[in-house]
Amino acid sequence: MTALLSVSQLNKFYGGVHASDDLNLEVQTGELHAVIGPNGAGKTTLISQLSGNVFPDSGTISFDGIDVTHMVEHARPHLGIARTYQITSLINSMSVIENLQLAIQAKQGHSFKFWKPSADNKDARTAAHEYAARVNLGSRADIQVANLSHGEQRRLEVAMALASDARLLLLDEPLAGLGPEEASEMITLLKTLKGQQTIVLIEHDMDAVFTLADRISVMVYGHIIATGDPNHIRQNQDVQHAYLGED
Amino acid sequence: MQKKVFVQGLILATVLIVPLLLNYMGHPFYLDLATRLCILAIAAVGLNLILGYGGMISFGHAAYLGLGAYAVGIPAHHWLYGGMDVIATTNGFVQFGLALLVSGIFALLTGLICLKVKGVYFIMITMAFAQMVYYLFISIAEYGGDDGLVIDTRSEFPLVNFDDATQLFTICAVSLFFVMWLVWRISKSQFGMVLAGIKGNEQRMIAMGYNTFAYKLAAYVISGMICGFSGALLGNFTTFISPEMIDWARSGELMFMVILGGVATTFGPLLGAITFIILEEVLSTITIYWHLPFGLLLIGVVMFVKGGLSALIPKAEDKE
Repeated sequence: MTALLSVSQLNKFYGGVHASDDLNLEVQTGELHAVIGPNGAGKTTLISQLSGNVFPDSGTISFDGIDVTHMVEHARPHLGIARTYQITSLINSMSVIENLQLAIQAKQGHSFKFWKPSADNKDARTAAHEYAARVNLGSRADIQVANLSHGEQRRLEVAMALASDARLLLLDEPLAGLGPEEASEMITLLKTLKGQQTIVLIEHDMDAVFTLADRISVMVYGHIIATGDPNHIRQNQDVQHAYLGED
Repeated sequence: MQKKVFVQGLILATVLIVPLLLNYMGHPFYLDLATRLCILAIAAVGLNLILGYGGMISFGHAAYLGLGAYAVGIPAHHWLYGGMDVIATTNGFVQFGLALLVSGIFALLTGLICLKVKGVYFIMITMAFAQMVYYLFISIAEYGGDDGLVIDTRSEFPLVNFDDATQLFTICAVSLFFVMWLVWRISKSQFGMVLAGIKGNEQRMIAMGYNTFAYKLAAYVISGMICGFSGALLGNFTTFISPEMIDWARSGELMFMVILGGVATTFGPLLGAITFIILEEVLSTITIYWHLPFGLLLIGVVMFVKGGLSALIPKAEDKE
């Protein structure tokens, strides 16, 4: 097992808030690595630094041996890092297929193609339909995103990240706001990805996390206090004290 | 589908044929009006590329009209009065080429700065750059300063004669149709789709791996060049350029046309320009306060006609 992603001594301040505090994290190729922690622990800040939306104040992030700490955000998907958003972020004025096509087009090289109609991009269209089908949106392909249900939008979020053909998926609370049925559909989807993709999963749903994760890191106040397999985490005193016992 | 194509064809045919007919029947005034209409519509189409399709609200596009017009006027001026031998010419290809080049470069340089910011700041910076061009030309005494510059000789092209009002109009109308087709083509292209994506959700486009800044800059430059082209025609039409053409109120009028007609539509800018020209003509004969009913109309359309005037054209049955 080799580390696909390795984060070391990451620090990020927001004013007086220490959102990442000497944060160390290693994600192995092929594993589903969950990051859990109370609200405000800095999980989304971590994802934002991994995806390049926010730059750390100090520390390094290396992906597949390449230092990406200060690499611009739009360059990282080309390296193989894709993210989803905790708050659904799609292009609402476009259809499911068009959203997916844009994600695929991004991987096909530049889009300074002023003449060829986008509808003629058959490769991207075909692939877009495949990804739609994969997240059970096949029958909703031509629906405008704004008219999808919340659950469908969450699945499209994941499909967009998949469509960018990433080697590392950063999933920021894919279950956020989902009802029980929609949630179980999402968990089924995540199970199919497990083992095939390297995933960093941020999630509040503990049942889902302990079912899905190969390894879990527990984050409190920007610092990772423990990492291990689900059983190990369940029995860890610090974790129980800091997090699981709080309920 | 048929009905939509019919209405659109009818609009284009009317724009082209009615002025020619009226001119033939002894009303050259309408030919003049239609020429101005076509020129302003070209600029509105250019602005629509970034304002409508790209969601970048530029309040400085009159600058490109001015740059285009001066690119015709300054070479003609030197051709007649000497100096600046490099550009002294009445050759239309050189003048129009210069108009495209200068407006393209100006868009590139200002775009590098403007596009770093969004929203209100973008609006203010584009306006500030346009005002800089305005004051630049006011300060250059050789080109007339704020008195303006008379273009003694129009652009010279083989086969066509810009001194002939009918020919100039036909060129302007055909140019308009070409530019409308061009922008329509771009909006349907892969680039156009990326631009629409940026308008819809720029952050997501970045996260997908698009260098959105570069795409916006490309659209901004194309848009500027279209307006520069329009300016070169305007210079030939009015044969007089004044910095007043670059004033921010002119930029506002272009925005007015695009928004009234319908943003991100092929026919919107044209319909907006038609309405603008007709109202200006009719209302200004009735009252000097003609901007007032104008403003009320814009408010009315924006509030009650979703998608602007072009939304009144029957929709196509199927989207593609």
